[in-house]
This record gives sequence, C-alpha cells and structure tokens, in this order.
Amino acid sequence: MSRFSKSILVLALFGASTATFAFDNYKGIGRPATPAEIKAWDIDVRPDFKGLPKGSGNVDRGQELFEEKCASCHGTFGESNEVFTPLIGGTTKDDIKTGRVKGLSSGELPQRTTFTKVATISTVFDYIQRAMPWTAPKSLKPDDVYAILAYMLNLAEIVPADFTLSDKNIAEVQKLMPNRYGMTTDHGMWPGAPAKKGGIGNGGIPDVKNVACMKNCKPEAKIGSTLPDYARNAHGNLAEQTRSVGPVRGVNTSGDAPAAQPAAGAASPAMELAQKSGCMACHGVNNKIVGPGFNEIQARYKDQPDAETRLVAKVKAGGQGVWGAIPMPPNSHLPDADLTTLVKWILSGAK
Amino acid sequence: MVDSVNKPGRLRPAPENFLSEVQIEAVGAGRRDFLRKSFLAASAAMAAPLAARASEGDPNILQNPEWTTTLGQPVAVRPYGLPSKFEAGVIRRESPGLTRVGAASVSFCPLQNLFGIITPSGLHFERHHQGWHDIDPSKHRLMINGSDPEFVKRPKVYTMDDIMRLPPVSRIHFIECGANTGLEWGNVAVPTVQYTHGMLSCSEFTGVPLKTLLDDCGVDYKKARFVLAEGADGSSMTRTIPMEMVENGEVLVAYGQNGEMLRPENGYPLRLVVPGVQGVSWVKWLRRIEVGDKPYATKDEAVHYIDLMPSGLHRQYTSVQECKSVITTPSGGQQLLDKGFYNVSGIAWSGRGKITRVDVSFDGGINWQTARIEGPVQNKALTRFNINWVWDGKPAILQSRAIDETGYVQPTYGQLRAVRGTKSIYHNNAIQSWKVAESGEVSNVQVL
Repeated sequence: MSRFSKSILVLALFGASTATFAFDNYKGIGRPATPAEIKAWDIDVRPDFKGLPKGSGNVDRGQELFEEKCASCHGTFGESNEVFTPLIGGTTKDDIKTGRVKGLSSGELPQRTTFTKVATISTVFDYIQRAMPWTAPKSLKPDDVYAILAYMLNLAEIVPADFTLSDKNIAEVQKLMPNRYGMTTDHGMWPGAPAKKGGIGNGGIPDVKNVACMKNCKPEAKIGSTLPDYARNAHGNLAEQTRSVGPVRGVNTSGDAPAAQPAAGAASPAMELAQKSGCMACHGVNNKIVGPGFNEIQARYKDQPDAETRLVAKVKAGGQGVWGAIPMPPNSHLPDADLTTLVKWILSGAK
Repeated sequence: MVDSVNKPGRLRPAPENFLSEVQIEAVGAGRRDFLRKSFLAASAAMAAPLAARASEGDPNILQNPEWTTTLGQPVAVRPYGLPSKFEAGVIRRESPGLTRVGAASVSFCPLQNLFGIITPSGLHFERHHQGWHDIDPSKHRLMINGSDPEFVKRPKVYTMDDIMRLPPVSRIHFIECGANTGLEWGNVAVPTVQYTHGMLSCSEFTGVPLKTLLDDCGVDYKKARFVLAEGADGSSMTRTIPMEMVENGEVLVAYGQNGEMLRPENGYPLRLVVPGVQGVSWVKWLRRIEVGDKPYATKDEAVHYIDLMPSGLHRQYTSVQECKSVITTPSGGQQLLDKGFYNVSGIAWSGRGKITRVDVSFDGGINWQTARIEGPVQNKALTRFNINWVWDGKPAILQSRAIDETGYVQPTYGQLRAVRGTKSIYHNNAIQSWKVAESGEVSNVQVL
C-alpha cells in the first residue's frame, strides 16, 4: 500500500470516529454535575414514588401549615374558588371504593376539583414540593409537604383525622385515590412510540375522520351557536383591536361598553410594582378580590397619622382578622423600599 | 357598512353636471384655465368647499403633508426599534374573567393583525404558570441527569456559554397552547380570532438539538425512553417528552427567537422546542433534563392538560396539536369596508407535519374551493393561505379546512363533539366559522 492510500485510510477512519463518538468533538463543553448539585435539583417524584424523599407529617400539623401558607388562596378547607379552582370537593366514599369519580360522567359535578381529577398522589406531592406556596415556592421541607398533603387527604375524606402520612404508607394511600382509575392513554395524541412498543397510546391514529367534500356537501349550513350579546363588548372596544388601515376595521363596540380597561402601558410605576409583586392577585384597586380593595384600605387608614409605618409592617408580616377570616400571607421577600412605595401609593388613592 | 363615499382615500364623486358639455370640450381642446374657473364657480355654489377641492384630487396628494415638507428624525433615536404609533392597538391582550391571577394566566396574540407566518417576538402569546422572570444568563444552568444513575454515563451541567458554543440549527415552528380555542368547546364565547385562536404563535427558533447534549452525556437510549423537562421558574414546570422525538433531532434546546435571544416572557435564556406538541411541553427557562424509563404524571399532565371525555375518563399525555386552520381576515369583530373584492387570508398548521391543502367555504361548508398556499410550506409551522372573494353584500359564512401530509382533514364541531363531548377544554381543532352580515359586520358563529 502506498503512503498516499494509507493517508486516505486514516482520514476515513477519523471520519468514522467523529460520527460514532460525537461527544469527543465537544471537548471543553459542559462539566460533570456533582452529586450535591443533582440532589439539589432532582426533586421530581414519579407515580412509582421514585424520587420521594423520606419523611412524615400528620393532619393536625398539616392544618396549621395550610392555614398559614395555603388558605389565603385555597380557602381553609381547600374549597375556595376565588383565586384558583378548588382543590377539594366532588368526591364520595363510593368513588374511593371504585377508583372512579362518578360525578365526572354523570354531569353532577358543578366544577372539577383537583381531587376529582388527579389519579396519582405522587403528582400532588411533587407539585406542592416544587411550586408551593405561591409566593415562596420550594420553601417547604419534605415533612411539611407530607403534613399538608395529609390534611388535604383528610379534607377529601380519604384518611382519618389522626392520620400521619409518610414515605412508608403513601403507596397504601394511592390505593384510595378517588379517581385512581380515571385516566386513559387510549388515544392518538402521544408523539412517541405506542403502548405496544413501550410508549403511550395507539400510535397516532386520530379519533375523528373528516372527508374533504367539495360540492353540495350538505343541504344547509345550520348555525348551532352565535356570539351572545353580552360577549360582544366583554373584551373592550373591538374597533381598537384591528388596525385602522387595511381591508377591514374593528367593529365599534364602545357604545355599550363597560368601564374602559386601562390601556396597555398606561399603568403607573407603582401599579406595575403592585402587579409585579403579586398584590393584584388578591386586591383590586376599587374592589375586593380575596383581600380588600385598595380604595377600602385607603378609606380606613387615610386619617391615621402613623398609617404608613403600620401598613408597611402589616404587609410585611401578613396577618388576619382586620378584614375577615382569610389571612394575608407575609411579604417579607419584598424590599422595604418597595413596600413603602406600595403603601404610599395605596394611601394616596392607588392612581 | 362604512359609508363608501367617505372611505379614506376615495375621491368624492363630482356633483352631477359638474362639468358642462362646453367644459368637457375645453378639456379635450387642452385649455387648462377652465378648471380654476369651474372650481370657483363650484365653491360659490356649494356649502362644502372641501368637497369641491376633493373633487380636484385627494388633499393628501394635492397638499404635501408634513412628512414630505419637513426634516425627519435622525438614526438611533430608538436604539431598539418600535412599531409605528398607529399600530398601538396591535398588542397582546387578556381575556377578562378567564383567570383571576395574572401570574398564572394567558395573553393572546393579535392574529387578526398579522401577515405571513412569523409572529413578532413582542406579540408572541404568553402563558405563565407562576409568573415570569428576566433571568441573568450568566447564572443560568442546564443540568442533564437520569432517573436512575445507570441511564446517564456522565451527568453534566452546561452554562449558556457552553450551549451557545455548540453547532446550532434554526427552524421555523408554530407553538400552540393545548387549550387554544378551549373556550369554544360548548358554544361561541369570545368575539375575535385573538381570543378564539390567539394562544398560537410561530417563530424561527435557534438552538442545539437536545440529542447533541444527551449524546455528550452518554445516555442509554435503550433504557431511557422518556424525557422530563423542568423549568427554572417558581413553578419549575415539568412535562414528559417521548425520547423518539429527541432521537430524530426535532427537539431543540433553544436560545434564539426570530434572530435575537428569546424574550423573557418566552423563556429567556433557554427553552425547549418540541415541534408539533402543545406549548406546555416547550418548557421555558429550561434548567434540567432528566431521562427515565417511565412517564412522570406531573401536575400539568395529571391535573391540567388532561382531556375529559364523555365517559368520565380523562385522556392523559395528549400532546400532539392536530391539523387546524383559521381565517384571520376577515374575522370576528371586524367590519368589511364595502362590497367588492377581498383577499381572504388565514393560517393553517399541523403537529403531524406539513400542510398540503386548505379549502375555503363562503356558504358555511356546503361548497368549498381550494385556497392558494403561500410557500415555502414548512414542517410543523404556520402556513399562510389566501383566496379571492368578491362580496356581493349578502350574508355569508366563511370557513377554512386544512389537510396535512398524513391525509388528516380538519374536523367539524359536530364530528369532534360526537367523540369528545364538550368538556375536554384541550385540543379543539374544529373548523371555525365567521358569519358576514349584510351590514358587513363579521361575527363568531359555530356551524355543526
């Protein structure tokens, strides 16, 4: 073999190796993850409880934590529909026996709650641990999560009031989940391998089959539903929502429109701060949502000389009682300067 | 209908007998002074001198406007460009009453105002689960690990510097929320295409195939058939992705959107791109990829994003966005200016591949015509279609029906409801109908 053909061979081998061992090309990119790093971020819990941390918590402790950290959005009994859809309700003793929530098919359910839907208790544990409470996600210790989940299970009448939930018995509780047999994967909308090949679903077979008829496809076009009158201007003046040049215009619906919505970008810096800080989730400017409207707060405190200092402290620490039973969560994560700006703004009329 | 006489840019017709036989003769003979005289005469005779001038021509032409007669602004007045002030109404909007918390809500893309297929980044629809942050890219990390240590030889951490050093690809794909059009499962609920279909956008995304990184970490593809993607936001949102889509190179770890970095609301500095799959799987602020041997039943695939069927069962892991289309001009809440010619325009897309054909009906689905497709047609991307129409001033019902490369034909409401009922919230890809009234007002209706 000549030297020339040898070098061709070497080149060919090199080409093959780059294709096979792709990672070898990416030297210097990335670094090994340390065990501590993986532990810090790998917090997911699967339906087979892979990833579940050790720990336990009872219903009583769960109630304390729930009232302190969860009730402001979800209501003391997880029933609130004010901020999010309810967590608890709609399941029966019979559902716990059968593992199917009957209200889902009978049409008796006015609204689906978390426990009417969820089949896997791991999902609830995983989600509380990773995302709750709303304004301070990942602040709960595993024992807190067990306790809060125990309280929710008790509210749903799945476990008794003296129950302690732990990594040891959670698989037993799974067998009591009211909608544990309520899921199906028999559909064509999973974009991977089908169930018969270790994946999910039927391999992409659609559940409806339309035919592209072109002429005289039906005797008449029957209108089944039209836009209700009240919905015509429920999204503001449509004239402003289509540009004012081109083949069409937006229909003017301002004549009978409700109070004008604030134009985009027109919010004051303090209003933006209030939105950014999550205040507007529970307080309206002129209306109660979960907590009192800013107008009500201003009316109550406006003549008190120390109102600003007192309110800053209240917003920071949270509290309950002044405006009713629903507690306000603490906002200690907000800088003092922001708290002062917000309180001043509220006391000056939240304009 | 808009008064056709007062339409912008349209010349007001001259009063009858404005030019006498003699004057017409004068025009023919090339005598110009007659015009001035006749204007003077007309001005004296008519109450509206403006109209008289207009009959000579459009004042926008006859009198040079300010922008033609004065000095304009210098460069870089706006170091980052902004739309014209006349486009102020072309913005994302919320649907009042849909959600009660802005940090777990949706803003809809103004499809009725867009052209072509690319969504300007500032108009891309938003869906956040626990608010958005503007993440410092120098502190952002992507970790790749396994549900079982044996699935990944080398679990690794990548910085943005690392990821942006790798060979990128740029691809145009649509992203649609699984709940898009979800408000309309039972009946018509919202007035315009922004609210019926606006949880839809399409961008050029630039990034690295996820497979490049999994190869780099030494993933055991035989055992690990599922991928968990996790965000870095408060909700640390998680979704299960099939390994098959990663292996075929489709799934991207993307940092670029329409030539610049992702917008914070769209996941800056890093998001997953899962073409054809509902938006919730395109995890924003992507911080971790775990490969595993089982699906994860995360909150957004076990409590939400599950489709309730009439049997009371929920379909779980429904991910593909099936073939769908909608006419955007004219569409609900709009007003035709006049009888006559219109270019009817819309968009079509399919999570199963390319669009092959779009048909349009003007009579509520009795008869159909095939629309023009504006190429190039791309895989799992919005596809623009157009069709000519001369409106005769009579009521009409406009519909579009898309067909994708699998042969799937976009279904009717009747067909979908027969199988799925009206309570599934997600994956409503029914044919949309817009009714044109004699007044020219277009409104949202459903035809079974």
